[in-house]
Amino acid sequence: MNGPLKRAALACLLMFGLLMINVNYLQAVRADGLSDNPRNVRNFYDRYDIQRGRITAGDKVLAESVDTGTNDFRFERRYPGGKVFAPVTGFFAPESERDMELAENTLLNGTSADLLIRRSLDLFTAKQSKGADVDLTINPKAQEAAYKALGESGKKGALVAIEPKTGAILAMVSIPTYDPNLLSKPDKKSVNAASKKLETDKDQPLLNRAIERTYPPGSTFKVVTLSALLESDDTAGPETQVDAPTVLDLPNTTADLPNFGGAACGSGRVTLSFALEQSCNTPFAKMGMDLGYDAIQEQARKYGIGGDPVAIPMPVSPSSIGPREDQAALAQASIGQRSNQMTPLQMAMVAAGIANKGVVMKPYLVNKIADSEGGEVQSADPEELSTAISEDSARKLTEMMVNVVAKGTASAAQVPGVTVAGKTGTAETSQGSDPHAWFISFAPAEDPKIALALIVESGSAGGEASGGHTAAPIAKSVIEAVLGK
Amino acid sequence: MSTPSVEPVPLPAKRRVAQLAMLAFAVVIVMIAYANVGLAIDKQIPAGMLTYGLGLGGLVLAAYLVLAKFAPWADPLILPLVTLVNGLGLVMIYRLEAGKMPLASASTQLLWTAVGVVMFSVTLIVLRDHRALQRLTYTAGAIGLGLLIAPLLPFIGKDINGARIWISIAGFNLQPAEFAKLSLVLFFAGYLVAKRDVLALAGRQLFFIDLPRARDLGPVLITWGLGLGVLIMQKDLGSSLLIFGTFIAMLYIATQRTSWVLIGILLFVGGAIMAGLLFSHVQDRFTVYLNPEDPALFDKIGGSAQLMQGLFSMANGGILGTGLGQGHPELIPLAFSDFIFPATGEELGLTGLMALLMIYALLVQRGLRTAIAARDPFSKLLAGGLSFILAWQVFIIVGGVTNLIPLTGLVTPFMSQGGSALLANWILIALLVRMSDAARKPPPQAIQDEGMTQVFQR
Repeated sequence: MNGPLKRAALACLLMFGLLMINVNYLQAVRADGLSDNPRNVRNFYDRYDIQRGRITAGDKVLAESVDTGTNDFRFERRYPGGKVFAPVTGFFAPESERDMELAENTLLNGTSADLLIRRSLDLFTAKQSKGADVDLTINPKAQEAAYKALGESGKKGALVAIEPKTGAILAMVSIPTYDPNLLSKPDKKSVNAASKKLETDKDQPLLNRAIERTYPPGSTFKVVTLSALLESDDTAGPETQVDAPTVLDLPNTTADLPNFGGAACGSGRVTLSFALEQSCNTPFAKMGMDLGYDAIQEQARKYGIGGDPVAIPMPVSPSSIGPREDQAALAQASIGQRSNQMTPLQMAMVAAGIANKGVVMKPYLVNKIADSEGGEVQSADPEELSTAISEDSARKLTEMMVNVVAKGTASAAQVPGVTVAGKTGTAETSQGSDPHAWFISFAPAEDPKIALALIVESGSAGGEASGGHTAAPIAKSVIEAVLGK
Repeated sequence: MSTPSVEPVPLPAKRRVAQLAMLAFAVVIVMIAYANVGLAIDKQIPAGMLTYGLGLGGLVLAAYLVLAKFAPWADPLILPLVTLVNGLGLVMIYRLEAGKMPLASASTQLLWTAVGVVMFSVTLIVLRDHRALQRLTYTAGAIGLGLLIAPLLPFIGKDINGARIWISIAGFNLQPAEFAKLSLVLFFAGYLVAKRDVLALAGRQLFFIDLPRARDLGPVLITWGLGLGVLIMQKDLGSSLLIFGTFIAMLYIATQRTSWVLIGILLFVGGAIMAGLLFSHVQDRFTVYLNPEDPALFDKIGGSAQLMQGLFSMANGGILGTGLGQGHPELIPLAFSDFIFPATGEELGLTGLMALLMIYALLVQRGLRTAIAARDPFSKLLAGGLSFILAWQVFIIVGGVTNLIPLTGLVTPFMSQGGSALLANWILIALLVRMSDAARKPPPQAIQDEGMTQVFQR
């Protein structure tokens, strides 16, 4: 019987061989695919098993992972900055991330290839690997001031403040907003309930208005139209005389284009500076038509509008002056209406470009990324995006924008002892709805430290909302916070 | 006259010191694993480590002493291997209990291990010559059949988790199929030794196949019917496959006739197709086997969720494993019984599973070696059958939980929580040890110095 016994032994060996091959296949080859299976709740546990890096703004901690001491969900994500910083930090939910948590996810959770050396060292020193810390360019004082001023009396809107010389984003506020702490609990049920509530809210608190939504820029766009003129004509300046009729006849239509509120603009023949100070529509509409679509579009592109998509590192929705249409449409686009759509960040870039002698810097939020031991992984390197206008044009524009604040529509933005430059905007939305109130600004005009754009959304500040009354005072408090006044 | 030189016949070594060292090594591995679980979960050496470690150590020391006294020539590797697998099973159950897994109970399992070791010792002490068992061939067959049918009887039969494979006696739930498996292997061995000549030789040639006579098909058909009966009445796919497969293997060992294997496979495939057509639960198992990742099957009750949880668990373990106490094996339903293998795979990784499979393979190999070394056909068949059923059981359950073959419920020998299986398997090991002792024991020495004894002086 030894023959068949030996063959039976061979059969047993074969069975164990098959089992071993299969186990190898499962655990070495198929493991990744199985781990990515959406039904695999281990991903959910694993998310909380890693000590994610902190998100900070200078000394202020905006997001951190706290050791709960339990085994199931070891590290819980907390946001001491809460609502105020939510549009910047985003959140780390059981199944998704958002904003900074998403954009720098692999560095925060330590899986990025840039952290390979750190991880290997941790392996040898038997240290628990940690994610990298992300330090932001946000100025907490400016962020808080902006949140407070913009959020007052139930207003909705967004604000972006940039350091003109570098492109560093100092503040990014979107209101209404949400508490990221509620979305980051390791409890799918409560997070889903909270997130459902936020998603169905008609005010869209999850929307990051500063970068994800575009609005008609209204009169703030006039600085772009004016830039195009100054670039095309060296002799043009603040004192250049232009026609400013009460109503501009639009070619090939029965419609006319009036000034704001149908008012007259001076004597009908005014200086460029006066036209900007009073935000007359007719001179800029005419200017746009005279320069042509190509010139306006080219100028807009130099400010970053409609150019390559920007990431800060969160992706920014593209802005656009609208498609080529007839002259009447161009006239309206030139004063920031019709299909002209800008993100608040884009308008802040326009203000920052003028402030920085015509050079637009690439906006960015991440100042520095360091591994758990403080070793630098990445650090910000300010980059020029484009030269929008010549230094000369920038000087002329600055002069006119200072006048807007000093004696024009934006007097509410005056800060004692600081020369503030700015431009208001009151963008019509649709017939019968309240307008959006805009303001773009930078200060101090001689040596700008901050450039900003802000919008107070239609309907949230009443029918009488205007850039000058509604938006300009908010800019004032942010400028004061940044300049330490 | 000269005295012829006396050359002693070389004896196989008892290797008792080596066996003791290996046993100690197995116990140390298990104790370190306990400490590991405690350190990972509670950040401290578990208070029960000494209890469990010394408990297990004491038990196997007792088993060793019994073995040394009553089966001194037995294979030195069998007991340490079983101790290691049993101990690792205990650790995994302890770990799952610490992970708040309901129904997992390490202390109960330790108690059953103790009872198992006692049964092992009793078997060795009482059964001095296993050939006595040959006289019990038909008794064993009747007992095996009775045990198989027992769960169907009213009052004592019990339905747990949809399979009617339990009996309840005096508050204890037992799975009689585990004992039936022992009785039936004993019966098969006795029966086949008696009938092997006729089963092996009578028949005719058809094409290339050497077919047995139709009337000799009787026993095969009866066993086949028995397997199907178990399958149908108790919805116990695993046990029917286990018993039928072992019978075919033993039939082949006894007769050397490949045609029996072919007939067996044909009967099995036919039976499986029939069962698949008739019973939805058999068909469901097959659908799950083919498409475990199908989301619809995942959500279905009795669908692929458990299997997939096992696979996720193994995937999470990867090559080195998460480390004991650091994975989430408690997410697999029944991780402490049928699915203890993937649970182990999560925490010990591919490395651990390969080692574990090696241990099983070694154990089976030692058993088959015993069969080859055995001196009489009954011992050969019994040892071969017992070793094969061990390998076959590991293949069916491990193959099932790793989606190599359709999943049928069986316990993982010595690892899964459950008293019946532990007891039955410890007895199985005692039988192997007994036969190994008999096989390796040197035959009574003939008197060598014949010259001396032949001299008569008057």
